[in-house]
Amino acid sequence: MKRDSDKLSPFTSRSWLKKAGMAAGVAALTLSASIAQAADTIKVGVLHSLSGTMAISETTLKDTVLMLIEDQNKKGGLLGKQLEPVVVDPASNWPLFAEKTKELLGKEKVDVIFGCWTSVSRKSALPVLEEMNGLLFYPVQYEGEESSKNVFYTGAAPNQQAIPAVDYLMEEVGVKRWVLAGTDYVYPRTTNKILESYLKGKGVAAEDIMISYTPFGHSDWQTIVSDVKKFGSAGKKTAVVSTINGDANVPFYKELANQGVSAEDIPVVAFSVGEEELSGFDTTPLVGHLAAWNYFMSADAEANDDFITQWHTFIKDEDRVTNDPMEATYIGFKMWAKAVEKAGTTEVDKVRPAMYGITVDNLTGGTAKMLPNHHLTKPVLIGEIQEDGQFETVWQTESEVPGDAWTDFLPESAKLISDWQDPKIMCGNYNTETKTCSGQNY
Amino acid sequence: MSGSLRALFVSFLALFIFSSSLSVNSFAQELGFSEHIARLAKSKLREKAELIDLIAETKDPRVPDLFEDLLDGDLYYIKKTGQIVAIEKVESGYQASDVLSLKSLGVVGKRSVKKIGVNNALRRQLRSYIATFNLSSDEANVRLEAAKALLKAPEASFLPILDTALVAEADADVRSAMVIARSAILLASDDAEQRLVAVNGLRGATDKKVMTLLEQLLLEDGAGNSAEPDERVRQAAEEVLSSLHTQARVYKVMEDLFFGISLGSVLLLAAIGLAITFGVMGVINMAHGEMIMLGAYTTYVVQLLMPNNIGLSLVVAVPAAFLVSGLFGVIIERSVIRFLYGRPLETLLATFGISLMLQQLVRSVFTPLNRSVITPEWMSGSWEVNGMLSLTYNRLYIIFFALAVLFLLIQLLKRTFFGLQMRAVTQNRAMASSMGIRTGWVDAMTFGLGSGVAGIAGVALSQLTNVGPNMGQAYIIDSFMVVVFGGVGNLLGTFVGAMSLGIVNKFAEPMIGAVLAKILILVFVILFIQRRPRGLFALKGRFVED
Repeated sequence: MKRDSDKLSPFTSRSWLKKAGMAAGVAALTLSASIAQAADTIKVGVLHSLSGTMAISETTLKDTVLMLIEDQNKKGGLLGKQLEPVVVDPASNWPLFAEKTKELLGKEKVDVIFGCWTSVSRKSALPVLEEMNGLLFYPVQYEGEESSKNVFYTGAAPNQQAIPAVDYLMEEVGVKRWVLAGTDYVYPRTTNKILESYLKGKGVAAEDIMISYTPFGHSDWQTIVSDVKKFGSAGKKTAVVSTINGDANVPFYKELANQGVSAEDIPVVAFSVGEEELSGFDTTPLVGHLAAWNYFMSADAEANDDFITQWHTFIKDEDRVTNDPMEATYIGFKMWAKAVEKAGTTEVDKVRPAMYGITVDNLTGGTAKMLPNHHLTKPVLIGEIQEDGQFETVWQTESEVPGDAWTDFLPESAKLISDWQDPKIMCGNYNTETKTCSGQNY
Repeated sequence: MSGSLRALFVSFLALFIFSSSLSVNSFAQELGFSEHIARLAKSKLREKAELIDLIAETKDPRVPDLFEDLLDGDLYYIKKTGQIVAIEKVESGYQASDVLSLKSLGVVGKRSVKKIGVNNALRRQLRSYIATFNLSSDEANVRLEAAKALLKAPEASFLPILDTALVAEADADVRSAMVIARSAILLASDDAEQRLVAVNGLRGATDKKVMTLLEQLLLEDGAGNSAEPDERVRQAAEEVLSSLHTQARVYKVMEDLFFGISLGSVLLLAAIGLAITFGVMGVINMAHGEMIMLGAYTTYVVQLLMPNNIGLSLVVAVPAAFLVSGLFGVIIERSVIRFLYGRPLETLLATFGISLMLQQLVRSVFTPLNRSVITPEWMSGSWEVNGMLSLTYNRLYIIFFALAVLFLLIQLLKRTFFGLQMRAVTQNRAMASSMGIRTGWVDAMTFGLGSGVAGIAGVALSQLTNVGPNMGQAYIIDSFMVVVFGGVGNLLGTFVGAMSLGIVNKFAEPMIGAVLAKILILVFVILFIQRRPRGLFALKGRFVED
């Protein structure tokens, strides 16, 4: 085998090069033709997994974008052009997110992309976005520590979800002992690092914090629940802060209920359990446990009622729920549409500056404003799970909290800021001590 | 239906008693009661806490039902009028009844009413009040639960009620629970003598909650000063606490053992089907996890078909899942695997492809969202051996279920004609064929049996974990690990393998964490296979060599 290929290689490689060159030429020709043809529509890329592990969460967001596009087209489109969705399926396969981004930007020539759920998928698409100067709207709460020129983060940063939730437990519930339980990957590890340093800063002793990680898809929670019980019987009010990945929370809650730990004894506050995750379960054992989000379907606001009605009409199913990442998608889409109108073009370099300071009404009342660090101002809501799988808001911040790209509770990030508007800074990782932009790679 | 009839009857009875006692009740009190209730609708959570106290003070006969409704989230108000109603969910909508007059208002629309929300603090408050009401119940069980509930939230205001109940109590168990609850309340007393009596009253109470209370008593502030000023009380508390700690350690070992056996039985269930398809037939079946998934989805469908008999649905689901997964197994064997016998690599790839196809099939039919499989009443909760050790019912049942499945399979292989044919074919195909056994038919049935058993495992696992398209993948590696470790082709080996891996895992987990424990087990199995490539219980004989 080896000898054969050695002999053939100079010839084959050269001929392949030629063929590839020809193919590229042909492709370029057809591409330019298709661009000319498609010039009367604005292409919107949708980069959400429709198969694989993440399909459970991401399919809904794809439908949301399609609904928003349909709605926008009914109102006459943008700049007098119709919007055309281009849906691709990265199949919960992280490297494929980079490939599909390349396909959307290079082959389909989309003007904007709505997509990604997990941080690792976003990190995979990021280099392509920056190299080809694309524009991505990322609609999910995440661990922060990032601010790219080409990404707008419309979900919550840690200071808009985790920190207020901990504040609530500390001040309103009187929690003194903390279990930080998470799935073993980047989001929980970073969030727990931030929370641990935040709690210690608030005077919580090291022995009052228990950190536990579990593998993906963990379903045998007996030992962990028993440990939590034991940890909680030390005489101080205890709470669990769960960064356990999405639906893996449910067997955890079930085990808690079966072992007789109720939300009244040891409440669990989760950052990745929303209406969608709960819609697949019997929620009786979960009643009273908490979640922190920037949106709840139960929010009492007219805009929310309209959105729910619109969603039910579009999806043709009265039982479907709405959730926080859907609101983030909604806000992102509306902001982009406004910025395009303002800039008068879909060109990324003109839309991006137009984004800063743009406001869109939240679905829960109040307004979201795009900050120069590519994050939003958001209200923070704490809700208790009810029997019908909805949340009852028990606490909320008085006004919107501005998203912070770099947390103030980790020493290496505290000195970093992000500002894409100030001409003196113009980067996502400006170090306020050294006054340079290479503070930290993301 | 009978439940709602009885509730109606009881409420009529209450109405009767109430109207006859109305003359006794002062008019002002009645006014207070209705006024407090009316305010419930729009008040903030903190105001609700005060209102609940005020309502409880009225001692109105309607209070217990009202609190139960509020606790269960069945108390609503009509958006237009602000009238407070208790709601019962019926098929046609919400059946409302006024909480003051107890009169039924008929069915109301879902959107015309709004729920009166409660949070954890309010729930705790309500539960305590309901417990005090239940202390005078006729049933000893209810009284026992009430006493235990009071232990959870010991409040000085409950002391008189508890004392009255204690005088009247005849049942020894309930009495001791009440004494413990009473001592727990007295721990917060201002009088050191009383606290000493209270601590001594907690001696011999095997309960985690008691431990928490004593720990609280001994809690030190930043300067090293204990929360308990009296030296004697401190000493007594430390004594009781240390004996409790010793007990807790013993029970912890028992609990870990139970966890281990429980994990072992889950592994056994997941692997036992594979022990047949891989162990006996030698097919590397990567679609094994999907057979488990199909079984779990069958459970979901069965529950959809019989929504009123959730308790029975699992019993029906077991044979149904066996048939569904078994049928899929037979189809896969006949259409793909039979062409690939003796070519393990191709089989591996083909079955892996099948597993992906089955996952996508389920996604298309049932959506990619997880499906809700309801846990029946008899499988929720736990058997409280005492206040330190409780064994969850779902795990207990699954242990017994796994053993029963194992026993039946062994009987099938050893005692039936089909089992004999199966063993003959897998040991020497040519010889069996020349003896007149239809080897093709036996292959299909054996594969179907293995798949069907995996389906049964799916029914059990649907009670422990999420039912979604990916659930099978979580079990495939564990299943192979157990079968290889236990010894290929040996059901008893699978049993011993599953149990030992489960127990080792659960004893390692508290020390090194769930992630490391899992890695440790994998490393251990790999090393073990290096020493004994045929697993714990290797088959012996001439046929092994092919």
